[in-house]
Amino acid sequence: MSLAALPILVPLAAGALSVAFWRSVAAQRAIALAGTLILLFVSILLMQQVHSEGFVVLHMGGWQAPLGITLAVDMLGAIMVLLTGITGLAIALFSLGDTPERHEKFGYYPLMHLLLAGVAGSFVTGDIFNLYVWFEVMLIASFALLTLGGERAQMEGAIKYVTLNLFSSAIFLSAVGILYGLVGTLNMADIAQKLGQVEDTGMVNVVAVMFMVAFGIKASAFPLFFWLPASYHTPLVGVSALFAGLLTKVGVYSLFRMFTVVFDHDVAYTHTILLWVAALTMLSGVLGAAAQFEFRRILSFHIISQIGYMILGLALYTPLAIIGGVFYIMHHIIVKTTLFLVSGVTYRLTGTHELSELGGFYRERPMLSVLFLIPAFSLAGMPPLSGFFAKLIVIRAGIEAEAWTVTAVALLVGLLTLYSMVKIWAEVFWKARPEAEDGVQRPEPRTEGLVWMYVAITGLAACTIFIGLNGQPIYNLAEVAAEQLMQPQGYIDAVLEGRP
Amino acid sequence: MEALYAATVGVLMACGIYLVLRARTFPVIMGLTLISHAVNLFLFATGRLALRAPAVIGQSETYTDPLPQALVLTAIVIGFAMTAFVVVLALRAVVELRNDHVDGVDPDEDWRP
Repeated sequence: MSLAALPILVPLAAGALSVAFWRSVAAQRAIALAGTLILLFVSILLMQQVHSEGFVVLHMGGWQAPLGITLAVDMLGAIMVLLTGITGLAIALFSLGDTPERHEKFGYYPLMHLLLAGVAGSFVTGDIFNLYVWFEVMLIASFALLTLGGERAQMEGAIKYVTLNLFSSAIFLSAVGILYGLVGTLNMADIAQKLGQVEDTGMVNVVAVMFMVAFGIKASAFPLFFWLPASYHTPLVGVSALFAGLLTKVGVYSLFRMFTVVFDHDVAYTHTILLWVAALTMLSGVLGAAAQFEFRRILSFHIISQIGYMILGLALYTPLAIIGGVFYIMHHIIVKTTLFLVSGVTYRLTGTHELSELGGFYRERPMLSVLFLIPAFSLAGMPPLSGFFAKLIVIRAGIEAEAWTVTAVALLVGLLTLYSMVKIWAEVFWKARPEAEDGVQRPEPRTEGLVWMYVAITGLAACTIFIGLNGQPIYNLAEVAAEQLMQPQGYIDAVLEGRP
Repeated sequence: MEALYAATVGVLMACGIYLVLRARTFPVIMGLTLISHAVNLFLFATGRLALRAPAVIGQSETYTDPLPQALVLTAIVIGFAMTAFVVVLALRAVVELRNDHVDGVDPDEDWRP
């Protein structure tokens, strides 16, 4: 049994088990914890194997590529699966403390496992149509999680989220169709190899742009990001954090995969578009955040601006830039999840996400304040935290590639990110808590289960410090990933080895 | 036949996009359904259109590419599930928001359930 299938099988099995124990919330909680722990363990094993062997390839049902469906994990895939494991465990821990029982009774945990399976499936598959299927698995789970509870704001956000994502799937599917019509195969490695022989390069560019639009919607890149700030602040905090950490990054991962391994024939055309998309995504995200005064809305807009940095790494298309992009993804998933989880704790203690109604946390909860400051400074790019190195590599790559405009934008956006983080710090933690209006009784803070939430946040905050202090080994991992992406022949050979 | 087929796909897609842009949940759902039909037909055509050619090797002299048919089948199943979900979501949203506008707020205020 190859390790490549386990990151999909473990959450699927955990999800099925949770459904079997539908009536027992206690059992579902135990399964959630055990399932995500095993997923993390499996992802570490997979990472070790990829690190020593280079590629882990599994031909499903014994059908050799390009005939059967292939699971192929390279370093980028292994990194993403590992991050999925870390985020999954953190969210499971947090959910133990925060998820209301009425949500737990309506399938919160099975859906969480299904979502993790969809995300992990997207990261390990080597087949473009299979990628579409995993996208849909992930989407249907995210739809249900997003609307769980059925409050007004959730419905409004969910309609936009669902419509735009289904539309993006339609574009994705048409692009897969055209690609199949051109090369007659769905295996990514085989496509990469045969695409070079296609004479109709205009058509190849059309397909490339269609993929760019489809994944751009999923990754919430400019100008296709409007569904994200409309929906991410509406569900339970654990769900928002899971979405914020993983979902858009699946889109980014797909862009990295397709625009290095498959579409590397006309870089001057495709990656120039990506470069402008990156700059505008960074700017519009950070400016949108500046105008917001709700905790999770600010964080949502910052997801968009950070996506811009990752796409910038891809768009510059030098080895260093790709390393920067991969490093940025690693840093971002952990930091963003932490920040959302912190907003969950402040919500639990005050019952609001509005900055104007929050306050006084530095005095009352100094520990929580530190736990916010670590990811917040990391997001803004302060040394020695992970965000500093991520930004440093991307910006250095921009300078080396002499892309002055986007580099300037990236620096400016870093500064504005700091502004947003300071805004949250000043409003939520520093200022005194505003007095309640006359006659309005503040609800008593619910403190049960708070310990689980702290455990999740502390673990993730430790991860960002760890990445910051161990920059070199993490950089080496990203370097291996970037090398494999920039020289796709290794990936192609590993997948198509032993072909008839 | 190809011109007719292409025109069908085109018209379906155009109608779908028009309906999605209507900004009311029911037309949006119809639009998404039409778009997914258009995409499925399109996907079917990527194996090239052939008459009287089974998708099985050895049954006759010519055979057609079976893979797009398998893909379309998968896509239809997924599309069906998605449509079912969106219909329920839209119903719930109408109840919850008291109107069927995608923004949750009706600009005309002329519709009540």
